[in-house]
Amino acid sequence: MRHTNRAVSTAVSAETIERELETGLGRPSDAVARYALGLGDDALILAQRLGEWIAHAPELEEDVALGNIGLDLLGHARSFLTYAGSAWEKSEDDLAYFRDEPEFTNHQLFERPNGDFAHTIARQLIASVYFDALYGRLTASSDPTLAAIAAKAAKEVAYHVDHSVQWVRRLGLGTDESHRRMQAGLDALWPFVDELFRPDAAIEVLGDVAVRPETLRDEFDRTVPAVIVESGLAVPAVAPAAGGGRAGVHTEVFGHLLAEMQVLARQHPGATW
Amino acid sequence: MDVTLAKDDERRVWALAATVCDPEVPVLTIEDLGVLRSVHVADRDGAPAVTVEITPTYSGCPAIDAMHDDIVTTLTDAGYDDVTVRTVLAPAWTTDWMSEAGKAKLEAFGIAPPAPRSAVHGGDGRVGLGLGIRCPHCGSLHTREVSHFGSTSCKALYVCQKCGEPFDHFKAH
Repeated sequence: MRHTNRAVSTAVSAETIERELETGLGRPSDAVARYALGLGDDALILAQRLGEWIAHAPELEEDVALGNIGLDLLGHARSFLTYAGSAWEKSEDDLAYFRDEPEFTNHQLFERPNGDFAHTIARQLIASVYFDALYGRLTASSDPTLAAIAAKAAKEVAYHVDHSVQWVRRLGLGTDESHRRMQAGLDALWPFVDELFRPDAAIEVLGDVAVRPETLRDEFDRTVPAVIVESGLAVPAVAPAAGGGRAGVHTEVFGHLLAEMQVLARQHPGATW
Repeated sequence: MDVTLAKDDERRVWALAATVCDPEVPVLTIEDLGVLRSVHVADRDGAPAVTVEITPTYSGCPAIDAMHDDIVTTLTDAGYDDVTVRTVLAPAWTTDWMSEAGKAKLEAFGIAPPAPRSAVHGGDGRVGLGLGIRCPHCGSLHTREVSHFGSTSCKALYVCQKCGEPFDHFKAH
């Protein structure tokens, strides 16, 4: 079959993973699956938040843009969750719809409420640059499935970075009101930056399968503060939040997000349309 | 199965699968798009077992499910009962895989085709200049991007400043 030299020549997909599961090959270890779960949860939860903007954005183009970005993230989440679930004989839907709050391992940044448009753009700037750095590096993972998902995602996230940077400039250098709101958004979300880059013992043991979060901080610090300053804004000087998202600790808004995301699947398990 | 026969079968299956169109850009076949990646015909107890590989343009592209079903229907109608369609992520799809015929069809349909990706992203250390996107209606290069994100994941929204018409541009990716 295709397992010799997979990294170079082959194709990786949800179906591939399912087939390999049947033969007992290609299944991630529990530790790799937990890593993929965290990445999938980050993408899933931010996708859910961005979906809330549809029909509420300040202009039609932004309805479309935020919807498109959310759709890309949902695609990444589906790939990561399918891969993670294959270790535990769970589907992507089992993981998305039938876990409870403490079982979700997303960073807290991604669950924070949308706030106003500038607040969402502040979250998008932090998130997009983080994803861009992460997927750029994960493309070189020794796990071919993670590398393939990252290679696809990296191309899409580049557009998301561009979108958020352009908006931060426009809002920061726009009117007094847009400037005030953009700064308020950054101030409110900055405490959640630190958690993205904390060393994680569960990742240390994965070697070159995973990207150690603390190694991404330099790239983030080279990019984001520069965008903030050139937009006439100030890099917030605030203490980091306690964090703990990867360990299942979430902020008070998270239960409401899950309720909305999961209610249909839980009321009608197995429903299709 | 005889090797030559299998090759003939693969050519036939490719030709059939290549007739399936993108549901969101119905003038383009999945072959034009470069979404159709490979066809494999194996022998399963004397009957052909077909595997078709397609690659999504974007991770969350909803059209991939429709393409999947259309390929199965097309091949089943042609007498292939054992069909597997796999959606593969690696290597990642790029607009450079779109055929020249496909780009011409896109433009005729009113969608500005993607420029070669190398011209947009450099890639060899050189910084490429973004070329003007030509209006598919009047041919003017005096156009403006309205939004990076368009009606589907793969498109951006433009407007022509000469004829005033809005149009979609298939993003180089």
